[in-house]
Amino acid sequence: MDNDRIKKMLININGKSEEVKIESNLTELILSKGLCAEKVVIELNLRIVPRQEWKNTPLEEHDSIEIVSFVGGG
Amino acid sequence: MEDVLEIAGKKINNRLFIGTGKFSSYQIMKKALEEAKAELATVALRRVDESSKTENIMDYIPQNCSVMINTSGARDAQEAVRIARLAEAAGAGNWIKIEVIRDNKYLLPDNIETLKVVEILAKEGFITFPYMSPDLSVARRMVDAGASAVMPLGSPIGSNRGVKTRELIEIMVNEIKLPVIVDAGLGRPSEACECMELGCAAVLVNTAIAVAQNPPEMAQAFAQAVYAGRLAYLSGIPAAGKFASPSSPLTGFLREAKKS
Repeated sequence: MDNDRIKKMLININGKSEEVKIESNLTELILSKGLCAEKVVIELNLRIVPRQEWKNTPLEEHDSIEIVSFVGGG
Repeated sequence: MEDVLEIAGKKINNRLFIGTGKFSSYQIMKKALEEAKAELATVALRRVDESSKTENIMDYIPQNCSVMINTSGARDAQEAVRIARLAEAAGAGNWIKIEVIRDNKYLLPDNIETLKVVEILAKEGFITFPYMSPDLSVARRMVDAGASAVMPLGSPIGSNRGVKTRELIEIMVNEIKLPVIVDAGLGRPSEACECMELGCAAVLVNTAIAVAQNPPEMAQAFAQAVYAGRLAYLSGIPAAGKFASPSSPLTGFLREAKKS
């Protein structure tokens, strides 16, 4: 196995196709994006994933993810 | 005078609700909420961006101010329901201002899609506040569907044009048993006062405060106007007459000849 090459896969994050490491989970994804876990909500393939399940939720190729947070609004 | 607006068991003293969009900073927004002594503020939900890494708007909402999530950005019922569920999962509670808009020019709400959202969310236990065009028939359906209040617009969002829908809002106030809360278009405190004089339960203001030169002071001005209008409504506003009616006594004029 070639250790220098980390295997990647394509997933869709907030409407954009992105490469992520295979076998990564939601917690790792949020960390890698520099986001604060307490401030965001994740919807994976249209299902809201509770924060406590992030660690045990692996990502799969072509997953569709929405990461949202609160902003000012009327 | 004790005058409390009670919605879903929550007691609200301040009938000025404030939207949190368009402020130049979260600090200024916080100051405005504090100066107005706001008890209810709306926030929106969006995809994360770079700013999500540093600032969280929720940290700037004063402690005694509750939040209501609005579903702005939703173009149909399904999207609005999705936003409401996401907001609840994020721990923002279950008070939802339902806003479904397909029209980008006037930002007028789609009453039919909005009604569908109320039907779905009210059954799930959400406290729903449908933002709507002031239509009595649809408002009655909102009541039947389980809405907790109705929010007719005064004029298009962010237009600062005032209560152009006054006649229709008056009808809603007279006929709808739920709180009628005027949302959108109020550009100055006198217009907020006008809504309260009509008997509206509250008003929601965002743009006029957020883009004022001094938002905290404008928030205060709106709060006082809302209070004044409410007090006037409760005090019983006399009917307007066609002719003059003297305020001073009609006897004892200097020119009158003394009868001996």
